[in-house]
Amino acid sequence: MMLTMTGVHAHYGHIHALRGIDVEVQVGEIVTLIGANGAGKSTLMMSLFGNPRASAGQIVFDGEDITRLPTHEIALRGISLVPEGRRVFPRMTVIENLQMGANFSAPDNFEADAARVFAMFPILDERQSQRAGTLSGGEQQMLAIGRALMSRPKLLLLDEPSLGLAPIYIRRIFQIVRELNRDHGMTILLVEQNANQALKVAHRGYVLQHGGITIAGSGEELLASPEVRAAYLEGGHA
Amino acid sequence: MSAVVFAHHGMTPAERLRDAGWVAFVALVLGIPLIGLTTVDAGGRLEVATRFGMLALFVAVAFIGRIALRLTLDHLRVRRLGRERAAAAADGGRGLAQRIVTVLGWFALGAAFTLPLIFSGNRYVVDTATTVLIYVMLGWGLNVVVGLAGLLDLGYVAFYAVGAYSYALLSTQYGWGFWEALPVSGALAASFGILLGYPILRLRGDYLAIVTLGFGEIIRIILVNWTEFSNGPNGISSIPRPSFFGLEFTRRPAEGEQSFAAFFGLDYSPMQRLIFLYYVILVLALLTHAFVSRLRKLPVGRAWEALREDEIACRAMGMNTTNIKLSAFAIGAMLGGFAGVFFAARQGFISPESFVFTESAIVLAIVVLGGMGSQMGVVLAATLLVLIPEFGRNFAEYRMLLFGAAMVLIMVWKPGGLLSHREPTLRLDAPATGTEGAR
Repeated sequence: MMLTMTGVHAHYGHIHALRGIDVEVQVGEIVTLIGANGAGKSTLMMSLFGNPRASAGQIVFDGEDITRLPTHEIALRGISLVPEGRRVFPRMTVIENLQMGANFSAPDNFEADAARVFAMFPILDERQSQRAGTLSGGEQQMLAIGRALMSRPKLLLLDEPSLGLAPIYIRRIFQIVRELNRDHGMTILLVEQNANQALKVAHRGYVLQHGGITIAGSGEELLASPEVRAAYLEGGHA
Repeated sequence: MSAVVFAHHGMTPAERLRDAGWVAFVALVLGIPLIGLTTVDAGGRLEVATRFGMLALFVAVAFIGRIALRLTLDHLRVRRLGRERAAAAADGGRGLAQRIVTVLGWFALGAAFTLPLIFSGNRYVVDTATTVLIYVMLGWGLNVVVGLAGLLDLGYVAFYAVGAYSYALLSTQYGWGFWEALPVSGALAASFGILLGYPILRLRGDYLAIVTLGFGEIIRIILVNWTEFSNGPNGISSIPRPSFFGLEFTRRPAEGEQSFAAFFGLDYSPMQRLIFLYYVILVLALLTHAFVSRLRKLPVGRAWEALREDEIACRAMGMNTTNIKLSAFAIGAMLGGFAGVFFAARQGFISPESFVFTESAIVLAIVVLGGMGSQMGVVLAATLLVLIPEFGRNFAEYRMLLFGAAMVLIMVWKPGGLLSHREPTLRLDAPATGTEGAR
């Protein structure tokens, strides 16, 4: 088991954002969290990263309890986050952004890792001396993913990677997620509003509602589930 | 009037002539009543006289002036486009503007080294140049905090004061020399930086600015009120001047000491000390520059810049933002402390009045006007901000008006600062040098 969250609660001040979450991610899986706005998807991701810290419950990563570790220590254990809204460093160049991602990686790995990212996203190779702020949204998302991969993570957290992207890029991003998992064996925890696409690429999924998990199952099961269909798919984006 | 428009494409000569013709025509229409006809006093009554020669001249001037104006505007537009293209290209290669800045930098360095030799008899010039260099150094120090790490600090003068008072007290109370006190005072200022850094780790932007502003005032108020420690508003006087490897710059050196002038067989002149002080601050400033430029290429400097860009992304990268902020505060404070030590040694007298909020504001203005994070920009802005009030001395009470107007103009003309271009710290054009640049 790569990641186990047991009975995790989290608060933002007085707001009880997570109410006893149980989530498991196995090695080599894509697991997706779907849910409406404000259901607690991003909070879950962030509390996994210790910000906000889980007020109750336990988070075990790779056999180690990381519940109380500070954020940077959690990252050092091999979890990499692609934050919501991409958050590339806008005034830094593409290559410098990758360098920031490689902050904790051994210096000798840098060239090989950068080459791997460029092989995956050739557009970034072309733009490597360009400031990240001048890239298109989709390119920025690729850069954010590339940057997260630079630290050679064991678990990749993707927070709303399709948010605000053109449809062609949304398809590309989900294709990348699938490729990362299939070709590079990356374990991925994916938070998405785009439930349909997310459930199609995911092995398993969890539905989050009001800070709690309401439904869990394989991607196909959730896609077929009438409740999920009613709440997140029909009338939503196809 | 449709012919007189600001065309957005290049104009052909015929178009130019037509455009100028239209303007000349308008000038003619307006000029007939205004210039062509005039009244003359003919023995008590007014008569209308004509001045067609003058009118023709007027129309001709309008015609030629219009052509000249259009040509100038077009020329400027082409140049601006060229610059924009160069700037866009500079994302890839080194732009022309960058090369000019580099050349100017070397030129400024040469000028800085030769200035006291050229003006060796002019006390005013050397003094002003020294002041410029103090502000350059302060600007470079604050640039670490504000320009690189993006932490808005309005109380930078506190560290300047800590440095100045540490040296003043160490030298007058314990007989420390300038060179011994320099590192200790810098370290003290750095620890004050960390002290300030801790409580404000979670603050950003306006909130951070207010707390740092308060910190600056706290230090000043302590210095005013804690009379036993700092001699209060009376300040500390007769602070020893730095010596040149043990050689003092005095007419009659102390018992058992030798004076600089006597050692080199020169006639004593107070200018020797001023020029020496100038070179001390020049060397300190250059060391600061080398230090900060080097840091920018190291992981800690990159982390500062990343922090400025996006704190949440920094956390997601697993960076320890606490350490990044504290190191920025500590190093910025240390550099401010060095500048303070020099200030105390140069003035020979310090009092809390030298460390008021205005100083923080000026240093911050230097960083912002220069272009956040730009080292050369700081030099340019410091020179301007010190020299403008100096030039304005003739206008006495209007000098601050001039100062303000200049700041507003710079912000209108260059909202990102005088030199807002950010030089990337890493290039991979030649793969062989890639990793060297990276680490």
